Amino acid sequence: MFRSHVMVCGGTGCTSSGSAKIMEAFEREIAQNGLDQEVKVIHTGCFGLCALGPIVVVYPEGCFYSRVKEEDVGEIVREHLLKGRPVKRLLYEETVEQDQIKSLSETNFYKKQHRVALRNCGVINPENIEEYIAFDGYRALGKVLTEMTPDEVIQTMLDSGLRGRGGAGFPTGLKWKFASGNRGKVQKYVCCNADEGDPGAFMDRSVLEGDPHVVLEAMAIAAYAIGATQGYIYIRAEYPIAVQRLRIAIDQAREYGLLGNNIFGTDFCFDIDLKLGAGAFVCGEETALMTSIEGKRGEPRPRPPFPAVKGLFGCPTILNNVETYANIPQIILNGPEWFASMGTEKSKGTKVFALGGKIHNTGLVEVPMGTTLREIVEEIGGGIPNGKKFKAAQTGGPSGGCIPASLIDTPIDYDNLIAIGTMMGSGGLIVMDEDTCMVDIAKFFLEFTVDESCGKCAPCRIGTRRLLELLEKITDGRGEMEDLDKIEELATFIKQNSLCGLGQTAPNPVLSTLRYFRDEYIAHIKDKRCPAGVCKKLLQYRIDPVKCKGCTLCARTCPAGAIKGSVKNPHVIDQSKCIKCGACLEKCKFGAISKG
Amino acid sequence: MARGTSVAFRGTPEQEKELRAWLAENKGMKGAALPALQHAQEIYGYLPVEVQRIVSEELGIPLEEIYGIATFYAQFSLNPKGQYKISVCLGTACYVKGSGKIYEKLQEKLGITGGECTPDGKFSLDACRCVGACGLAPVMTINDDVYGRLTGDELDEILARY
Repeated sequence: MFRSHVMVCGGTGCTSSGSAKIMEAFEREIAQNGLDQEVKVIHTGCFGLCALGPIVVVYPEGCFYSRVKEEDVGEIVREHLLKGRPVKRLLYEETVEQDQIKSLSETNFYKKQHRVALRNCGVINPENIEEYIAFDGYRALGKVLTEMTPDEVIQTMLDSGLRGRGGAGFPTGLKWKFASGNRGKVQKYVCCNADEGDPGAFMDRSVLEGDPHVVLEAMAIAAYAIGATQGYIYIRAEYPIAVQRLRIAIDQAREYGLLGNNIFGTDFCFDIDLKLGAGAFVCGEETALMTSIEGKRGEPRPRPPFPAVKGLFGCPTILNNVETYANIPQIILNGPEWFASMGTEKSKGTKVFALGGKIHNTGLVEVPMGTTLREIVEEIGGGIPNGKKFKAAQTGGPSGGCIPASLIDTPIDYDNLIAIGTMMGSGGLIVMDEDTCMVDIAKFFLEFTVDESCGKCAPCRIGTRRLLELLEKITDGRGEMEDLDKIEELATFIKQNSLCGLGQTAPNPVLSTLRYFRDEYIAHIKDKRCPAGVCKKLLQYRIDPVKCKGCTLCARTCPAGAIKGSVKNPHVIDQSKCIKCGACLEKCKFGAISKG
Repeated sequence: MARGTSVAFRGTPEQEKELRAWLAENKGMKGAALPALQHAQEIYGYLPVEVQRIVSEELGIPLEEIYGIATFYAQFSLNPKGQYKISVCLGTACYVKGSGKIYEKLQEKLGITGGECTPDGKFSLDACRCVGACGLAPVMTINDDVYGRLTGDELDEILARY
């Protein structure tokens, strides 16, 4: 027994800011102070508040230390662990109120959250199966195998109302039902989509890093429900920590007899292998993912036949996303009614969002479906930094769209987002402020889809490129009003005629920004002006002769030699030489340089 | 897009032996081509045609199919990379926080464009899509080291460490 536990976040965000070294320092200092029989250091998964990393939480007090540095560790060990005096200067400021230390669940960031998929992240050691088991792990699998028929499992999933968390929101139970025929007579596969491709989304990664066994358990439950014996997890090779923890988890599960033959002493046999992706966004599409597991170019196939009929290696296959799986053991244990009691009429349960961009509390948040964007941005996210104004939030990544400030009170669920022209997607939620140009953002996403289009079908391969060219014309200052009509026509054509989800959704960022920020497009075209001051070709840097003191700093900074002037006299920018890098504006101490 | 490299192939017999041994052992695996190329890139650092040919021979898959796979995925490179591989994240969260500028500054400082390698073979520069450390945006990685909350002013100091 240990009297204290030190939890050090081992998620990607905190690892990137040096949490492994902090963990080592804790172990060293604790040993030096002779506390190694009393205090245990645990490497956990993500706590969610990545903006404050590296994060260390000390139990039983629940003290939340943020932005811990290696040199702080000695003080925490000597003061807090040895003498029982928490180091207040290192505590997350929101947890300290009038010298009292509040629990984490009372802070704005955590107060409105409800953790189902993330319940074990930051709580258990992901590399130890016994900790998972101690938190009800593999109990749902045991219940399913010994007390329920496969059809009852599928009925439970249908009753819960769980919909796919990967993007499209297809009912999970229905997917399983379609693949459930001919159990035991044909080879079937259960796959997990861990190819989190939406740039700016990292919820699946955090589940895999913080609670890998939940995915294995849920895949085994799915396999029992449809009658499969083999599972594959298709995971991005760019996620080395997640890959390593999954490998450890699979080995441990095999050792404990929770994967392999005759699981829980029943006839049920199931095993899981990892397949590493190689960097292709289109492989998040289900048929492309399966082609990639088959070792080929990850190109999509036309549907039907759907994978439930003819999927991986031509066999019936179901594919669910990581977060979908993370909900399943809890649904089995607590019952479908419990799950269906959360959320809105047609979107049940909770959703994890990766909150990023221009917001204070970047990180992972899990909230009941139906929470408004305002609650997420202003309360949980802590608002926009530097006193800037909220302009829009982007969801659904390259397949989604923007939610403008006027719709900030929209309750977020699958259907509401579709209605306002965006989509849930996998859960990336990027906040933008007044310094973000919406035409530039549309262009950014389209550059992404042009890069990632697999090239198999013409509407996507050629159409997205032409669409991008139209946008470039506008941001270069060559746009004409009729281009907007062309964009709309071409976008509709691409959506209707592309083979797979990538092309069918690629124009969404353009259509959505055009719908809510048409005035910005018009400013680029008619006034040749970028209101946010982002599009380089439309910018002009000017020096105010009244404010300029002639300090010569800008002229010395300019990489193009475009600024002329003598000491103590106002300087001038030669517009023909200016490359619009903005270096002069950053360096000017007198605020004499402006752009617009 | 992905064309062959002009750099002479300098594979060693040991590397070839290692690759052939892996291929012989894993030949029977379902969908072996993709893991085979991943393994080959781990050994050689990139996938010149000489290496693709070995994979093709051992697995009995036509070279054009192997080439098709090698040029499809972003992870594979037909050109050698620098000793230190710099990747600037151009994922959405990093992009809105100005990673595009960081990428431009690095191209300027290294005197190369994205996808290239410095003449001395020390640094190569690429853009990547999301390393999943969005809380630290904007982010870049140099081999396995991650640098976050970049402003652009610290780049010289970071590069000097290598």
